[in-house]
Amino acid sequence: MAEISEVVFVDGVRTPFGRAGEKGMYWNTRADDLVVKAILGLLERNPNVPHDRIDEVAVAATTQQGDQGLTLGRTAALLAGLPKSVPGFAIDRMCAGAMTSVTTLGSGIGFGAYDIVIAGGVEHMGRHPMGFDADPNPRFLSEKIVGAEALNMGSTAERIHDRFPALTKERSDRYALRSQQKVAAAYAANKIQPDLIPVAIKSEAGWGLATRDEAPRPETTMEGLANLRTPFRPHGRVTAGNSSGLNDGATASLLASGAVAKELGLTAKMRMVSFAFAGVEPEIMGIGPVPSTEKALKKAGLSITDIGLFELNEAFAVQVLSFLDHFGIDDDDPRVNEYGGAIALGHPLASSGVRLMNQLARQFAEHPEVRYGLTAMCVGLGQGGTVIWENPNYDRKAKKSR
Amino acid sequence: MTNYADIDFTDLLEFSADEVVTHSYVRDIPLASGKTLALLTLDNGRDHTRPSTLGPVTLLEYGTALDALAARAAAGEIHAVAVTGKPFILAAGADLSKVGGVSSRDLAKKMAQLGHYQLSKLGTVGVPSFTFINGLALGGGVEIGLNGDYRTVDSGIAAAALPEVFLGIIPGWGGAYLLPNLIGIENALKVVVENPLKNNRTLKGQDVFDLGMADAIFGSANFLEDSLNWADGVLTGRITVKRANEPGKVERLVKWDAAIGIARKMLEGRIGTVARSPYVALDLLKAAKSGTAEEGFEREDEALADLVAGDQFRASIYAFNLVQKRAKRPAGAPDKALAKKVTKVGVIGAGLMASQFALLFVRRLRVPVIITDLDQARVDKGLDYIRGEIATLLSNGRISPDESNRLNALISGTTDKADFADADWVIEAVFEELGVKQDVFADIEQYISDTAVLATNTSSLSVEAISSKLAHPERVVGFHFFNPVAVMPLVEVVNTPLTDEATLSTAMVTAAALRKNAVITRDTPGFVVNRILAKLLGEAMHAVDTGTPFEVVNTALDPFGLPMSSFELLELVGLKVGAHVLDTHHAAFPDRFFESENLHRLAEHGKIFERDGKGKIKGFDKTAVKIVSGGTTPMTGDELLRRVEDGLADEIHRMLDDDVVHAAEDIDLCMILGAGWPFQMGGVTPYLDRVGASERVFGDTFHHPRIAGVA
Repeated sequence: MAEISEVVFVDGVRTPFGRAGEKGMYWNTRADDLVVKAILGLLERNPNVPHDRIDEVAVAATTQQGDQGLTLGRTAALLAGLPKSVPGFAIDRMCAGAMTSVTTLGSGIGFGAYDIVIAGGVEHMGRHPMGFDADPNPRFLSEKIVGAEALNMGSTAERIHDRFPALTKERSDRYALRSQQKVAAAYAANKIQPDLIPVAIKSEAGWGLATRDEAPRPETTMEGLANLRTPFRPHGRVTAGNSSGLNDGATASLLASGAVAKELGLTAKMRMVSFAFAGVEPEIMGIGPVPSTEKALKKAGLSITDIGLFELNEAFAVQVLSFLDHFGIDDDDPRVNEYGGAIALGHPLASSGVRLMNQLARQFAEHPEVRYGLTAMCVGLGQGGTVIWENPNYDRKAKKSR
Repeated sequence: MTNYADIDFTDLLEFSADEVVTHSYVRDIPLASGKTLALLTLDNGRDHTRPSTLGPVTLLEYGTALDALAARAAAGEIHAVAVTGKPFILAAGADLSKVGGVSSRDLAKKMAQLGHYQLSKLGTVGVPSFTFINGLALGGGVEIGLNGDYRTVDSGIAAAALPEVFLGIIPGWGGAYLLPNLIGIENALKVVVENPLKNNRTLKGQDVFDLGMADAIFGSANFLEDSLNWADGVLTGRITVKRANEPGKVERLVKWDAAIGIARKMLEGRIGTVARSPYVALDLLKAAKSGTAEEGFEREDEALADLVAGDQFRASIYAFNLVQKRAKRPAGAPDKALAKKVTKVGVIGAGLMASQFALLFVRRLRVPVIITDLDQARVDKGLDYIRGEIATLLSNGRISPDESNRLNALISGTTDKADFADADWVIEAVFEELGVKQDVFADIEQYISDTAVLATNTSSLSVEAISSKLAHPERVVGFHFFNPVAVMPLVEVVNTPLTDEATLSTAMVTAAALRKNAVITRDTPGFVVNRILAKLLGEAMHAVDTGTPFEVVNTALDPFGLPMSSFELLELVGLKVGAHVLDTHHAAFPDRFFESENLHRLAEHGKIFERDGKGKIKGFDKTAVKIVSGGTTPMTGDELLRRVEDGLADEIHRMLDDDVVHAAEDIDLCMILGAGWPFQMGGVTPYLDRVGASERVFGDTFHHPRIAGVA
């Protein structure tokens, strides 16, 4: 019989995120190379991991075609030079791809089927725009299973503004501005860089090295944001400034059972407590993290007040704000996205889940007074995903002293 | 000392105005330590099928980029400089189309000087310099790195080499001086002289590292990132570079000259002294023991100018292009689409030659191969040989156990010709006699389909005559291998007047699948290689028969620089076979080819040379000398040399008039690939042109202009 195991997040890394498209830094870099470099960087940081002990490699991607297709987890393992005995597979849950890699393999560890795994994701939106070549079943529309706007993420964000009039454009813009400012501050304090794996990038003008995210705009102002176009509706509220952009990037994380982590001398940065995914109306997909978080809290036997740190994916500012309003959290609560989020850093769809975890793990180390944190994100076609983590550095006394 | 900055290179740059320029792109790389490395990428803007090369315009741009970096280094803006290449390629060396076309020694020398001038700037840029050998690095590509401080290499590079000596020149952009001073004289001899002469052997990434040509080696997946991180470590002192092979005092005092001496002796024994470049390379490597780099570079300038302007380099480039290009697109080959599919091969005969065919076909085509012979014992012997060879491949690790099982399952033997029924390619290797071969084909034709190809390995019989008793002679083609079958790269594909296009195409496609270079010849006696060798050997035996001593004959053709002397060649192919070849050619062309009774008697006796226990030649066998004695009109070596040169010019001229092959280039290709004739001769016709034989015999030259050096 397999035995129930504790699941720990040992380490996580990512490539710098690039802007998608011809002018982006990864235009000449393959998606599979991005995730392979992330995996190599992860393994180099964790030399105690015997490669032949890795039981699974799961790599998520939304648009699984071309250099992003072909059973990515397996091909990435082979390309990274892992022993041929190491298996792998591909995962797709759109934006929550990497998160699903982590929960799926984490479940395997919990069940006792795996000892050590690599879970990650990649999205090269420059080469593979979301939904490219997709062939949605005509029944979706003929039977009104989803509204026509459900497949356009910007339109679903506008629908959140419709539903919650208290969520104004001004609040969204202000939230977005703070995200840019927090990212700039985190960079200045060297909070982001330690988990970035540099990537050599080919251009027409020679080789370069990507060492920083390409998307942040630290020069952002409220005035600037106010004047941006609203591409999804005339006189709408959702702009490029208060949304995440189109990006390229890859992430990889190392999970292990508590016992094997101890055996190999690996440090647990986080302990998995519970996770949940939940569905909502596809036309308003951005509120997905609300029910998924409620579900995950319930399974963990916790309440929202037990959560000391939040890493929420900022697909759209309004979508994060709807979550905060629901749980009665201030727009500028310091527990939320301390280093900023996807509005500034970028959101290469299926890779983002692990980025949230990297940042939460670093914050755990800096906040021993916090016992629990959560990572959550909305997912296209109306879903949300939440993982609740426990801080191994938690110190009761530290909490009291705060 | 030469002050390269004072030289006017204008004429060289004008000469190279149409060069495919490899550009030097520079981008600043922020290193983890906070330092800045300026990374220079060499990229000609083409894909990997057109490797970046280094012509004069490229060199100038590269040097100008390094000048700018030196200024930035002086200003403290950058802390290191590194050079790397486009994906899969660092640089494939000098642009040979340019070097091969220089019109004077002066221009050749400037080519050497410009290379030294620009490449050496990497070492004097003012901050530590690195070369990240990310892919193919040949000649000047390797020398780019040698001129800098540190090197890393990708473990997956296609090849690295200093192949200059293979082409009749020397590493002349610093390689001959810098390499031995980096990796020691013995290693340098291996890279500069030994490998080029071993059929241009190249180095893999691991070899480059092991020899000490690179200070670090990284896998391909993260090569550039790892190299940059390593460079950062060197800059910050985190990494200390150790060079175990760097020559010390003792090596210079004791080993250096001795190693050169040993190499020289080995070379003289192996290839003779005709080819110039290996010996020039030895001289340069020897002189690299002491003195400054500037002095070394000056020596290289002179040596390179001499060789580039000389005959042998031109002939070598010509030969190189034949082997690289013409061999891959054979003249007169029909459309590949006409080729019939070969899904099963039948081999008639189970002797040594036939068994070698069977092994080659099964390994390369991976289709069922069936062999047959007169009785089961012979078939079994052939099968034993083939399975033994497969077992050897397995034990050497050349093939996997799965592959071994696959090959063994594909090989079978039979004495029932009906088992050939579904073969679509049948090749015979039976006794070299017309009647036997005719009967063998006529017999097998009863069993096989009307369209199955019948290939004969005859070396001297008429292929048309062999097919004359068949109902379907249009499916017969000559397919003449050279011994040893697995090694020699040539197949002469003999096209008879009856052979149809589909059959010819099948033969060409099959040859390519066997990884052989095929040349199409007409069905004339000896085809190409044997006819030319028969001419040469016939003249040699004739000289002996008429009283010229063995010693004189054996050295008379030394100026050719052939891989072996006439009598060594005769012993290698077998004296009986040799006598038979001379007889056949004499029968076909009695007025031009000699037969030799003496050779038959020597064959009876069994040897010409006296050899020691290890097979090394000690002299001529006394009985052999006695056998051939009695001639009364001896020739001098010079007379014989002239006779052979003129005889070859005449015979090759006739072969071209008779359209045995379409062009002199095909003759040369055959001699290079089928007989190992040297690049410095250009095969044979460039040599005959340059020694005046063509003019003497037919009042013209084979090539217009002649393939020869410039003043």
